[in-house]
Amino acid sequence: MELNDAFAPQRRYARWLRWSTRVATILLVAACVVYVSGLIPPHVPIARLPELWGLTASKFLVAEGLRPGWSWAGQLPQGDMLVLAAIATLISASILCLAAIAPIFLRRGERLFVAMCILQIAVLLVAASGWISR
Amino acid sequence: MIGPELAASAPWWAWPLALFIACFFLGIIAVPAGVGGGVLFVPIIASFFPFHLDFVRGAGLLVALSGALSAGPRLLEGGLANLRLALPFALVSSVSSIGGAMLGLVLPVPVVQTALGILILAIVALMASSKDSLVPKVGEPDALSRALQLSGIYRDGKTGEEISWHAHRTPLGLVLFFFIGIIAGMFGLGAGWANVPALNLVMGVPLKVAAGTSSFIISPAAAFVYLNEGGLLPMIAAPSVIGMMLGARVGGYVLHVVSASAIRKLVLALMLFAGLRALAKGLGIWN
Repeated sequence: MELNDAFAPQRRYARWLRWSTRVATILLVAACVVYVSGLIPPHVPIARLPELWGLTASKFLVAEGLRPGWSWAGQLPQGDMLVLAAIATLISASILCLAAIAPIFLRRGERLFVAMCILQIAVLLVAASGWISR
Repeated sequence: MIGPELAASAPWWAWPLALFIACFFLGIIAVPAGVGGGVLFVPIIASFFPFHLDFVRGAGLLVALSGALSAGPRLLEGGLANLRLALPFALVSSVSSIGGAMLGLVLPVPVVQTALGILILAIVALMASSKDSLVPKVGEPDALSRALQLSGIYRDGKTGEEISWHAHRTPLGLVLFFFIGIIAGMFGLGAGWANVPALNLVMGVPLKVAAGTSSFIISPAAAFVYLNEGGLLPMIAAPSVIGMMLGARVGGYVLHVVSASAIRKLVLALMLFAGLRALAKGLGIWN
């Protein structure tokens, strides 16, 4: 039935997007509460932020002993890094959605759209991986 | 930016709180004005807050993306967004937005600030003069449009009429979206301001479908670059996203009680001021 339905990929994408965005938003709000309340101490002390938020991103990383890429994940579960993890979850939502619709296109023989989904996932994963960091 | 003395003497929480409140109000006016959050957020926050432009652009991308993600399911289910139409252009703009983000992070700040000012003033001119076409008259679809089946039918919510459409000038659209991706990644603006005219005026997609589909062409690829390069500061990104999301919910109600054209004029005035401020800051005239 799904094969004949022109809107099946669109509906599945919407369903996955709704749930993944909801989960990520809840995580973001929860992480933000933990961070601001100091429930779990942050990697960068909050009182020091005014000295740091005027620096460039690269100088900020150096000042905080972090490297470009996923070095922040090594500092989990500190409060500020929990917020970054929630943000990473939010911006990864479309990867899940694309992976969910590719099989529908495949079953319908729409190879061009399967290729586009796979390529888009690959581009996002390369961007996420940090391989192309400066 | 506010004077360095004032910025330094304020308690740490004052700026994030001010940011949250500012984003809440930006979220309220963004919806009735029909603009994405990013295009308002970056010039205004970069002009009046003590944060480095890198962090503002990183948060701007998140603001644009989170708005697009939360509106997405409704647009897809209502047929006002077309996934087939979005996928090829999202792919092209994803690739170029990575390059744009990396370019923005290595260029000297005054250069990016000056370019941002010029871009915002150009967007104001585009928004003020643009004559969107509700349902453009389109010739035959091109070969690529036919191969990708970039066509559809949507039901107009007001008239109940079913409107059939197809896209044309697809190769030109791909080239345009490549450049839109670079600009979106470089300045953290999101790209609705450019996506909609490109789909509507160049490719002949009805305005409502163009506006809905635009959300799915905003790529998270550049946001990953900012995350990896340290351009996402939790204390700036989180209040921005949450404030803008809450404001956008209120904006949905405001849309019914306030004249959209009055809000649009207010937004254009704000953007004009922020664009001039960014330009003056980039040229070292007003720091």
